[in-house]
Amino acid sequence: MEYLIGIQGPDFVLVAADNVAASSIIQMKHDYDKMFKLSEKILLLCVGEAGDTVQFAEYIQKNVQLYKMRNGYELSPAAAANFTRKNLADYLRSRTPYHVNLLLAGYDETDGPGLYYMDYLSALAKAPFAAHGYGAFLTLSILDRYYRPDLTREEAVDLLKKCLEELNKRFIMNLPSFTVRLIDKDGIHDMEKLPHVSFPSPPQTSD
Amino acid sequence: MALQDVCGLHNSPLFPQWSAPLSRSFMPENSTHLSGGGIHGEAFSTRLPGRGGLSPLEFYMPIAEYLTESPINFGQTSLTSAPTKLLEIDHLHPSLPSISLPPPTPFPVSPSVPLPFTLSHGTTTLGFAFQGGVIAAADTRSSCSGLVACPASPKVLPIHSHLVGTTSGTSADCALWKRILARELRLYQLRHHRRLSTGGAAKLLSHMLHPFKGTELCVAATLCGWDGDDEKHEQPITEKHANTPTNQMTASNSIVRSRSRICGPRVIYVCSDGLRLQGELFSVGSGSPYAYSILDSSVYWGMSVQEATEVAREAVYRATYRDAYSGNNVDLYHVTAKGWRRRERENLKEEYYREKERERRVIAY
Repeated sequence: MEYLIGIQGPDFVLVAADNVAASSIIQMKHDYDKMFKLSEKILLLCVGEAGDTVQFAEYIQKNVQLYKMRNGYELSPAAAANFTRKNLADYLRSRTPYHVNLLLAGYDETDGPGLYYMDYLSALAKAPFAAHGYGAFLTLSILDRYYRPDLTREEAVDLLKKCLEELNKRFIMNLPSFTVRLIDKDGIHDMEKLPHVSFPSPPQTSD
Repeated sequence: MALQDVCGLHNSPLFPQWSAPLSRSFMPENSTHLSGGGIHGEAFSTRLPGRGGLSPLEFYMPIAEYLTESPINFGQTSLTSAPTKLLEIDHLHPSLPSISLPPPTPFPVSPSVPLPFTLSHGTTTLGFAFQGGVIAAADTRSSCSGLVACPASPKVLPIHSHLVGTTSGTSADCALWKRILARELRLYQLRHHRRLSTGGAAKLLSHMLHPFKGTELCVAATLCGWDGDDEKHEQPITEKHANTPTNQMTASNSIVRSRSRICGPRVIYVCSDGLRLQGELFSVGSGSPYAYSILDSSVYWGMSVQEATEVAREAVYRATYRDAYSGNNVDLYHVTAKGWRRRERENLKEEYYREKERERRVIAY
């Protein structure tokens, strides 16, 4: 019922998540933010079982911040992704496994942008584009067809909009709005919530 | 892994300890154990911080075995050829005074007794924030499968002067956890000389409930409170919030619409499966869909206290009308900067008959 999507460009990563927090048949919140800021240039998108998402994501978030406090520099996205995966794997065969699906998006000075796909069995894959949730079944083929490694920011937003249009058309659940963020060398930028925007908007620096 | 060592993250302990300081251990000299009466001692170990506290926040943590035992088995000695669990508990908690146990009785006790009846979690509770504070309302019916166990149970429990919590789920669990939360908040207040915010209280409750995830514990609470400053302690105004009214215990109608981060009304939903949501309007329980439909159309930020009370009462009434597991009376609490105020409990039977009378008169003419 929840949906995450990420698209990596040559020098940026675009990520979006739906805004619904549901409990059985009721939408309890319409403006719920599923993205967790791990550091200045890393975002963790987390969906899955009700309490596990926030507990696990905040745990990772605080540990990444602790690393920065102890060492004076931030973790790279690749390191953060592997750290997250290791934690998921450790808890997987314990009494309290975390049932969470994650996307980790970040920008590294040396390696450039990176998008990492992780699922609840702690599989980790670096991918140019990825999606989680039932909506992924509907949108992955759109991404397959139209994705190019040299997308511009506007084209990436257009591609994202194509995916969200498809969801509105065919997905049984009503997902009225999505939070969209873009990460590049300047940090994390909030973009306008979709699908209210009717024309592509350039990223606004808000951090 | 080097990163693990640096972060102090050891190979996952048997049970995740959220508030565990790095030097967490069961060292008797560090802990002052409150030994209660009874053969099993206390169900938890409390640590009074002797020297400024080991970790930023110390709170209740459950003993591991009690998470795996069925609640029905609580307190019963189990018949086994293996050593009894009680002796294992002794071994893991050397801070417990050594107690001499009677030999296990030879009763044939099955290892996991199923619950004798199905519990239903039927209730209607709601909480919403508006310009005049926070309204928390609930019905008063405690049901147990098809039986009304208690027609006059309080489901809105005050936690401290500026925080009330609505309870839904298992009544005993809710009552217990509210008391535990009240105790932890009071301890926080004594240690840090200020009240913990509603968001902080919600996070604390959520983290305390997390070890019980997967067990039969069921607590779904809406914490409705007013975050403000204590009279004696003024919070410094940071530049970000320089334009918002802070550290003033003013009348509620001077609070600006744009929510100030520091003070104002708060409604936060906390569930024992870990969900924690902050918002302006929540309704919980089997009657919540009925209540939501009334509230969604009538609640807005600028409403008056009178209107808000009316709407809350109406929502609970409509839910009790339709939902079999909600009923009897309605309790209503109003939280403002000055604290919470309780409206007198009203029997909804009167309202039902009044409405029937109105309908009858309409049809008659």
